[in-house]
Amino acid sequence: MTPSAALAPAERALGLIGPDLTEKSLRLHLEGLSGIDAVGLEERAAALGTRSIKTTSKAWALDTIIRLVDLTTLEGADTDGKVRSLVAKAMNPDASDPTVPRVAAVCVYGDMVPTAVDALGSAHGDPDEGNISVAAVATAFPSGRASLAVKTLDTAEAVAAGADEIDMVIDRGAFLSGNYGLVFDQIVAVKEACRREDGSYAHLKVILETGELNTYDNVRRASWLAILAGGDFIKTSTGKVSPAATLPVTLLMLEVVRDWHRLTGERIGVKPAGGIRTSKDAIKYLVTVAETVGEEWLQPHLFRFGASSLLNDVLLQRQKLTTGRYSGPDYVTID
Amino acid sequence: MTEIVKPHRFLDYAPAPESTSILHLKKSYGLFIDGEFVKGHGKPFLTVAPATEEKIAEIANANSKDVDTAVAAARRAYDRTWSKLSGADRGKYLFRIARLVQERARELAVAESIDNGKPIKESRDVDVPLVAAWFFYYAGWADKLDYAGLGPNPRALGVAAQVIPWNFPLLMLAWKIAPALAAGNTVVIKPAETTPLSSLILAEIFQQAELPAGVVNIITGAGDTGQALVNHPDVNKVAFTGSTAVGRAIAKSVAGSGKKLTLELGGKAANIVFDDAPIDQAVEGIVNGIFFNQGHVCCAGSRLLVQENVHDEVVDRLKLRLSTLRLGDPLDKNTDIGAINSREQLERIRELSDIGEREGAERWTAPCVIPDKGFWFAPTIFTNVSTSSTIAREEIFGPVLSVLTFRTPAEAIAKANNTPYGLSAGIWSEKGSRILAVADQLRAGVIWANTFNRFDPASPFGGYKESGYGREGGRHGLAAYLQGASW
Repeated sequence: MTPSAALAPAERALGLIGPDLTEKSLRLHLEGLSGIDAVGLEERAAALGTRSIKTTSKAWALDTIIRLVDLTTLEGADTDGKVRSLVAKAMNPDASDPTVPRVAAVCVYGDMVPTAVDALGSAHGDPDEGNISVAAVATAFPSGRASLAVKTLDTAEAVAAGADEIDMVIDRGAFLSGNYGLVFDQIVAVKEACRREDGSYAHLKVILETGELNTYDNVRRASWLAILAGGDFIKTSTGKVSPAATLPVTLLMLEVVRDWHRLTGERIGVKPAGGIRTSKDAIKYLVTVAETVGEEWLQPHLFRFGASSLLNDVLLQRQKLTTGRYSGPDYVTID
Repeated sequence: MTEIVKPHRFLDYAPAPESTSILHLKKSYGLFIDGEFVKGHGKPFLTVAPATEEKIAEIANANSKDVDTAVAAARRAYDRTWSKLSGADRGKYLFRIARLVQERARELAVAESIDNGKPIKESRDVDVPLVAAWFFYYAGWADKLDYAGLGPNPRALGVAAQVIPWNFPLLMLAWKIAPALAAGNTVVIKPAETTPLSSLILAEIFQQAELPAGVVNIITGAGDTGQALVNHPDVNKVAFTGSTAVGRAIAKSVAGSGKKLTLELGGKAANIVFDDAPIDQAVEGIVNGIFFNQGHVCCAGSRLLVQENVHDEVVDRLKLRLSTLRLGDPLDKNTDIGAINSREQLERIRELSDIGEREGAERWTAPCVIPDKGFWFAPTIFTNVSTSSTIAREEIFGPVLSVLTFRTPAEAIAKANNTPYGLSAGIWSEKGSRILAVADQLRAGVIWANTFNRFDPASPFGGYKESGYGREGGRHGLAAYLQGASW
């Protein structure tokens, strides 16, 4: 792409950068962002991690974590049976306690969307109304190494099958080689592929794969890029690359979202995914959200955990809190 | 099952108080002289918890007779025991003390927070770990003095008289005692009258470590006790940390006596934020620079020098961040800002803040609820401050930040150096060459780059000009306690 080539006219980018939206003007904007001091960022995240969340606050936190989970299965070995089992768990996380809230969404590969939709039945819908959404990973997840035509088709098929949310991956190769415009145009194209026949859009989560971007400066640029191109959520990782979500990376992305909100009044969601396995860790994320962007972000439309094993640890902690006794892994269902 | 109710606000975290059950306080404490707790001959005084104004314990008051006894004990211990031990053996005692500090860390942290008012997360995560680190560090030097580059066969001075402030009661004790003992001196030390508690628990640790009697003597009391101590004819070394006014008086009274002197006094540090700074981390650094320990820090970054083209952005972000600080019970694990140490200090902070307002600076105070009892001051920033303002020149020693602007690096350096003090400074920039060039021209003993208020026993600490002389910490800290050596 030549520096002067015009980029897809995404609304947010036009608003911020102006009508001259080109590879060059986008690059100037991204490279003009304030730098990140890694030591300072990690210290701040560690300090937030020392908050002590007890009693009533802990009880609320545990239920909130459950409400914010995208219960996920992304295996080559996924079958109809596995997805139906996952959906059953999403609708009724703790077989011994009906007061446990439902998770926000189930997250599956695109070809599993019809199964998930069918299994959810009337429970399929908006998490704000107590229902469960279906999220599909798309765009040649997890590597993103496919043509744009394949990526948009992948997306459109999942949306047509009933996916409410699309978790796309950015082209990290293009990003690292400096082709910001290419990454941008692809996000805009995938966003357009999220459009349903009635004109509404499936929610778009943009996975940055922060473990491959490697530096915090890159993560900040990629976060801005994804928001400017129209992402509804920015998401850390596929879960297939290590490191996946970390608290400092998530803090940094929350800071970008906070800055975007200060600038435009618009709220963007954040989804850390992969590597968050314990209640204790998840509570650190809640604290970080509340103290960085404010606790109004602690709702399914603005914050999610991409996780599979986290849910059971939260259930064990919840059982301990409600019964006063420690339970064990045999007292929660595998999925 | 218990019903799960949504708290009013998640951010109103449920109370998470550190338990005080680990603390076994006595009703009254004596002076720690010659390895024993003994009665003082002055009128005893009470130490109170600044967060509640409740009395904690009665503390003995050392008069000049007690000072004589303590100095005599230290002299005896020096002559008969401590000066005859090998460096390796002195080191063993210091290692033992360091390990006991770690073992009793929680107890020391709780005592410190109750008596001083600082948040438990700071006493637990900063003060007490640094105390142990200081003893470990100097324990390692005790048998290596010959290789410290301070000349052949370095010899101890004798008896050291030490007077310390109330802002880091236990940490200042460690800063003073650890190098003195490692170098082979014995010690008489006076903690501040508002914060004697943790030093008396440390005295118990010295007993537990079987430190020979008289090697460390801890005498409690007010200014007159300190005066009697530093003026005592039989001390060889005076080390003082505290206000510049008292430091100046000590320098006068010690002059010509042959006593070696180190002074660590006030500061009015510049924290310089350039327009290419990592902005979110700089905001954290500003907060840590001035609101750590309620701003009761001699090296606090109390003058924020921010490049004019990013002034509004930095101040806006700072205000947002300050609005999330939690002020209250020092023992709650989620407290960020604790109590002001004493009513007297609170009055001084109020007075200087009022002067700032009268002189035309714009005052902004973080929205937080002030408890009914105790001494509190909400985090405050002043903008529109000029270099001639009182609050830009005088040390406030509280959670009050003065914001000034600059246009060029040269102006930043000139303004940063335009103070009678010179203890510390901070530089925030993503450009390494700029950090080095500016640091080279700042007249301050400690310069932090893209961080603030970081301490390490291996790093020397001390000031220029009215911030004092001599260095504490590191190899340089040993020189202050050895004959002939200078840093």
